[in-house]
Amino acid sequence: MMKPELLVTPTSVNDISVLADAGADAFLVGEEFFGLRLAGEFNRNDVKKAIEIAHQKGKKVYVAMNAIFHNDKVDFLADYIDFVNRVGADAIVFGDPAVLMTAREVAPDIKLHWNTETTATNWYTCNYWGRKGASRAVLARELNLDSVVEIKDHAEVEIEVQVHGMTCMFQSKRMLLGNYYRYQGTTMEIQRQGQEENLYLYDQERDNSYPVFEDENGTHIMSPNDICMIDELDELVEAGIESIKIDGILKSSQYLQVVTKAYRKAIDALVEDEDTYFDIREELYQSVADIQPKNRPLDTGFFFKETVY
Amino acid sequence: MALEQISRVIDGKRKIVKKPELLAPAGNLEKLKIAVRYGADAVFIGGKDFGLRSNADNFSIEEMAEGVEFAKSFNARIYVTTNIYAHNENMSGLEEYLEGIQGAGVSGIIVADPLIIETCKRVAPKLEVHLSTQQSLSNWKAVQFWKEEGLERVVTARETGHEEVKKMKEKVDIEIEAFIHGAMCISYSGRCTLSNHMTARDSNRGGCCQSCRWNYDLMMDTGNQQQEDQAMFTDDSSPFAMSPKDLNLIMSIPKMCDIGIDSLKIEGRMKSIHYIATVVGVYRKVIDAYCDDPDHFQINPKWVEELAKCANRDTASAFYEGTPSYKEQMYGEDNQSRKTNYVFSGLVLDFDIETNIATIQQRNYFKPGDTIEFFGPESEGFSQVVDTIWDEKGNKMEAARHPLQIIKIKVEQPVYPYNMMRKNKGKEHQTS
Repeated sequence: MMKPELLVTPTSVNDISVLADAGADAFLVGEEFFGLRLAGEFNRNDVKKAIEIAHQKGKKVYVAMNAIFHNDKVDFLADYIDFVNRVGADAIVFGDPAVLMTAREVAPDIKLHWNTETTATNWYTCNYWGRKGASRAVLARELNLDSVVEIKDHAEVEIEVQVHGMTCMFQSKRMLLGNYYRYQGTTMEIQRQGQEENLYLYDQERDNSYPVFEDENGTHIMSPNDICMIDELDELVEAGIESIKIDGILKSSQYLQVVTKAYRKAIDALVEDEDTYFDIREELYQSVADIQPKNRPLDTGFFFKETVY
Repeated sequence: MALEQISRVIDGKRKIVKKPELLAPAGNLEKLKIAVRYGADAVFIGGKDFGLRSNADNFSIEEMAEGVEFAKSFNARIYVTTNIYAHNENMSGLEEYLEGIQGAGVSGIIVADPLIIETCKRVAPKLEVHLSTQQSLSNWKAVQFWKEEGLERVVTARETGHEEVKKMKEKVDIEIEAFIHGAMCISYSGRCTLSNHMTARDSNRGGCCQSCRWNYDLMMDTGNQQQEDQAMFTDDSSPFAMSPKDLNLIMSIPKMCDIGIDSLKIEGRMKSIHYIATVVGVYRKVIDAYCDDPDHFQINPKWVEELAKCANRDTASAFYEGTPSYKEQMYGEDNQSRKTNYVFSGLVLDFDIETNIATIQQRNYFKPGDTIEFFGPESEGFSQVVDTIWDEKGNKMEAARHPLQIIKIKVEQPVYPYNMMRKNKGKEHQTS
């Protein structure tokens, strides 16, 4: 059985070494100007340092450029791609075709991971982006496990699947928090993404809380629960999914360490001897559940859920 | 695109020679025919599969063919929306479906998923492929990408402004379609799965339940276990809401024509024939008047008022004219549908020029004494008070109570088949 890459999104440069030691194989970093909903803000210097540290430890670093770009940012793409290429990033994560077009011009050899989040929903389209130059497709989180496995069976590109953490449900270009404050006539400081971020939308009917924040890409609304597939990894790994991801957004560095260690153990056990995995998976789940923030219930996302339309 | 291709001096007067297409929505054949009669150059419709309004009527292949035939007699084109993001399970049946659409004589499809783009090029190459707004296309370089992929047209994201679209038009030789009127997502289209999370209905396959338009409480987690979370609103303020005012770009039409946007699109496949007739009729007049004499054009305030007569909500220019503030959103009671003072009351079937008697199909209650107005593509419309109402056999009626009943009334100016009659409810209140 092939061992999938364990990909983690770190909160700062300091996380790289610690999370590498905890068992992460790869990291996704970047800055808000180019990337969406990152766990931490990495300026160019941070990206460079993160790559140095990770590469010393034999780990990979991918750089996020998956924002939806308007004309005003197109001119900045080439320089950033050139930088990312020069500092030796292992791949660029993109959603907007403008990044693909620019990469062809500036750094034709750099690997590209296609990640629009919500629209990677069938294997044909994953392969389409593969033919356009992507080496990996990051699947939508709104797919069930059977669909994920079927995509993998037909995929000509690597497949990445998020197995842990929060997911984004909504992105608006409008400043919906700021607008609401101004509508109310209050002028509250709009908090930026980070540890102090703690606003949420409460849905009375469902008794759910949806984290919400604003940044330069607009307003983002996040899922009420955290996905946790640590005890359900067998089918994904057996299917040969190349990369499984822990998203660290709105999580602490300590939390990510514990969760990364737990997933490391799970993957290693699973690949070595499935029975061992089945023996320890409840214990591993519990180790994650124990540190789970009280307002963030764990669930299995859409992996075992049917969606109608 | 060079400016001289857009306008030219003819007989000493500058005219816009590259008139944009006026593109209207239609949820069924009746609406399609109304859209065409009221001046749409093209109509977009949904089929039974692969579209984003799973609860709309939608067209069978036979109905599409009938729609195409009808549109042809007015020189209008039909497009079919096939803009879901398909899952594996949706892949079967796609080829036959696209072949069927091509066979029906449809001019093009509106697509988001590359699966459908490539399948269409392979099995139904006569169909033009237009990129859906579901791709949230926001920059010229991405437009260039889709041009190189062989697409005939792209629909821009609702988040793009005038200068952005202008640059796309200048940089890339491809048709551009932009929304000018109607409801819209407050999220980037295609990037919202609220519906999936809240109701297990897939928004990107037509199941959207508009969770964005519900009310929420904006709260702050204090981080302190002993302390309750803090409400970010007061008792007398409205809950957090994400309802945008509907788009209305009537004032921007001249500048949209000036930069050569190829197609101006009205949203609303679920809307009534009254809505379609009103909105299409107004924009037809605006586009024609501007293109005929751009240097002396003035917006007629009547056109602006007319649009409000079929509006469910307040409207705004959204991103096309800058970044929307809270004023372009609705909170509290405004969040609910706004009822206009006008209600669609009848469809004109016939008119006798000798007697000035109009034959009308009733669409909503009205009675003698009500103030009504007629409108249609042939005239600027007029208002009058209802006098006697007769049924088909000539019996006097107290009121027109029954939907689709055929009645007759005397009208003060000529009317034409498919003209519409709406009642002013506001005036009814004043008189009663």
